[in-house]
Amino acid sequence: MHRRLALAAAAALCGTLVLSACSSDGGSGDSAKAASGPVKLTFWAWAPNMDKVAEVWNKAHPEIQVSVLKQAGGDDLVTKTITAAKAGNAPDLMQAEYQALPTLVSNDVLADVSKQVGGAKSQFADGVWKQVTLGSDAVYAVPEDTAPLAFYYRQDLFEQYGLKVPTTWDEFAATARALKQKAPDKSLTTFSANDPGLFAGLAQQAGAKWWTASGDNWKVAIDDPATKKVAGFWSGLVKDGAVDNQPMYTPAWSKALNDGTQIGWVSAVWAPGVLTSSAPDTKGKWAMAPLPQWESGASVTGSWGGSATGVTTGAVKAGHGDAAAKFATWLNTDPEALAALVQQVNVYPAATSAQTGGLLSAAPEFFSNQPDFYPKAAEIAKGTASAAWGPNVNVAYSAFKDAFGKAAQDKGDFGAALSTMQQATVEDLKKNGFQVG
Amino acid sequence: MASPPPVPRAVRRRGSLAPYGFLGPATLLFTLFFALPIGFAVYLSLRASRVKGLGLGSHARTEVWAGLSNYTSALADSELLSGSGRVLLYGALLVPTMLGAALFFALLLDVPRVRFGAFSRLVIFLPYAVPGIVASTLWGFLYLPQVSPGYYLLTRAGMSGPDLLHGNGLYLAMANIAVWGGTGFNMIVIYTSLRALPAELYEAARLDGCSELQIALRIKIPMVAPSLVLTFFFSMIATLQVFAEPMTLKPLTNSMSSTWSPLMKVYRDAFVQGNIYSAAATSVVIAAATLLLSFGFLKLVNKRANGGS
Repeated sequence: MHRRLALAAAAALCGTLVLSACSSDGGSGDSAKAASGPVKLTFWAWAPNMDKVAEVWNKAHPEIQVSVLKQAGGDDLVTKTITAAKAGNAPDLMQAEYQALPTLVSNDVLADVSKQVGGAKSQFADGVWKQVTLGSDAVYAVPEDTAPLAFYYRQDLFEQYGLKVPTTWDEFAATARALKQKAPDKSLTTFSANDPGLFAGLAQQAGAKWWTASGDNWKVAIDDPATKKVAGFWSGLVKDGAVDNQPMYTPAWSKALNDGTQIGWVSAVWAPGVLTSSAPDTKGKWAMAPLPQWESGASVTGSWGGSATGVTTGAVKAGHGDAAAKFATWLNTDPEALAALVQQVNVYPAATSAQTGGLLSAAPEFFSNQPDFYPKAAEIAKGTASAAWGPNVNVAYSAFKDAFGKAAQDKGDFGAALSTMQQATVEDLKKNGFQVG
Repeated sequence: MASPPPVPRAVRRRGSLAPYGFLGPATLLFTLFFALPIGFAVYLSLRASRVKGLGLGSHARTEVWAGLSNYTSALADSELLSGSGRVLLYGALLVPTMLGAALFFALLLDVPRVRFGAFSRLVIFLPYAVPGIVASTLWGFLYLPQVSPGYYLLTRAGMSGPDLLHGNGLYLAMANIAVWGGTGFNMIVIYTSLRALPAELYEAARLDGCSELQIALRIKIPMVAPSLVLTFFFSMIATLQVFAEPMTLKPLTNSMSSTWSPLMKVYRDAFVQGNIYSAAATSVVIAAATLLLSFGFLKLVNKRANGGS
């Protein structure tokens, strides 16, 4: 009988943490103490080797010491941080994906650091900066990395089957169908229902703005014409069996990439890292091309992921706000830090100077056949459509997984799945007391 | 006035305090780690978070009294009901198969002059020592046609394997993991009570001309009925709480939704959607339903036992 009760206990424990938030406010004003010794900051991040970058800072700044606590990425990190913040145990700094920022801000986790980091604005593309301001005068984080979408394909197999790299989505569909005719057991790619981030990026490219605020009202437009167009496009391909319908990041998917059953992948600039581990036998056989376009000749892309460094309200209350903001700015704009980020953490930095500078002159090892990988990526990144996130992306994303999972499996109507996603998102907002107009 | 003699009073007091002293630690632990958390879950289930304005900036969210609204929405959510339906179907497949196999193996091991008894017992029991998540990952690999050696052999033989990750196959896939992991444990429970039966019974039966099969059917099974009830009771509760296995299989298939089992819905509400209030209400509902089912079952069994004797 314990396990059932353990669950109730777990739920209750979360609650206990919530309650203790009331009592911790009084005790956290240790700014006076901080003046005597070095300021000690904690930084929750999931990117590998972030501690090595922090070491570079720690050596140069004995007065502000940052220790990195490695986190597992994903949805539950957002909840974990919110719970920790309520309990007064939040870290001083955190790595957060762009789409999680509104949720974190609305739960009072991230502080407005516009005064401390506002000067860094010029170092980033406008669309990227907009994501950390949430369209307001406040600044809630400093952009760390961006993840513009591109099309990855097996150069050798495209040649073998006489396929041309698609530049528009129409050509993409034609390529998928042509491949099926020539090699029925192969697929151009798969429509995966287990990572809503990719679908969100594709919708951004088509011009979707899922969440917009006006006055005190949120408007949710997940089923807007642009997203419907994207959903309809993939729905058609899945229905005809022109692309696979099984999820990504499974052993079966890795095998399909590795043995050439799937010969393409719509992915972000971080794809080389995934391909290195998932499809090790295909080294040097892939190439990156710009994402296919809805209008021929355009050069628009969306994003799949990307993250920023935020300063928490807890850090500000403890009098560490300035120190934390200083580190966040250094981490994402200082040449030395950016070099460490690129070389140690393997991110595609958000700072424009780092994207075009000498840091990224060499292509990723897995793409040694494409020496101009990063200049090309910088070219693609220029056309990144801005994203529009709202306070319950987590709810929309979990609705996507269930609704599109079912639709993809049944080769059914993606339009209905999109309506389900819209409805779940609006209902959740209303339930929480948001005004939805 | 004459006061009562002091010595008996002291003795009486010491006598009346001692039980409380013994009870104290248990009561304290029970309150701290059992009653309080449950009470708090119930409290949370009556609360909700409300937002003002756009919900951005500090202090945009406040916790408010929600009455029973979390309960009404939990009960009105069709996913909770269909999740329960899925779990019942899974249990209907799992429990009879697992207990049947456990009983069968226990009876086989109890046959006199059985060879490799200790070894077989260990081998059948071993999967129980494998954590559910590890077992599910392992079986998940075997269920994926593209990477499974089983499917490879079937294809080589010109046959196509069953689709175990979609549709009704998913129930088989799930039940199989639990049967694999649970049979050993239940077998040990039944086997232990078989070993406790007096050997004279069998001797008498053999003198009367009973075969081993008849002994098993007529004597052993009726005699171990209490442990069958016990294992059924445990299996039923484990079924209602199924969580780790579907969570592990979920990323491998489109057909496992995030609310496949009721506990998965609690997890999704609390840790994916960040709504601990609704999660608390759903857990209270699940706890109540499980309690009701468990006690209902025990009562039913007791009634039949009493009626029969």
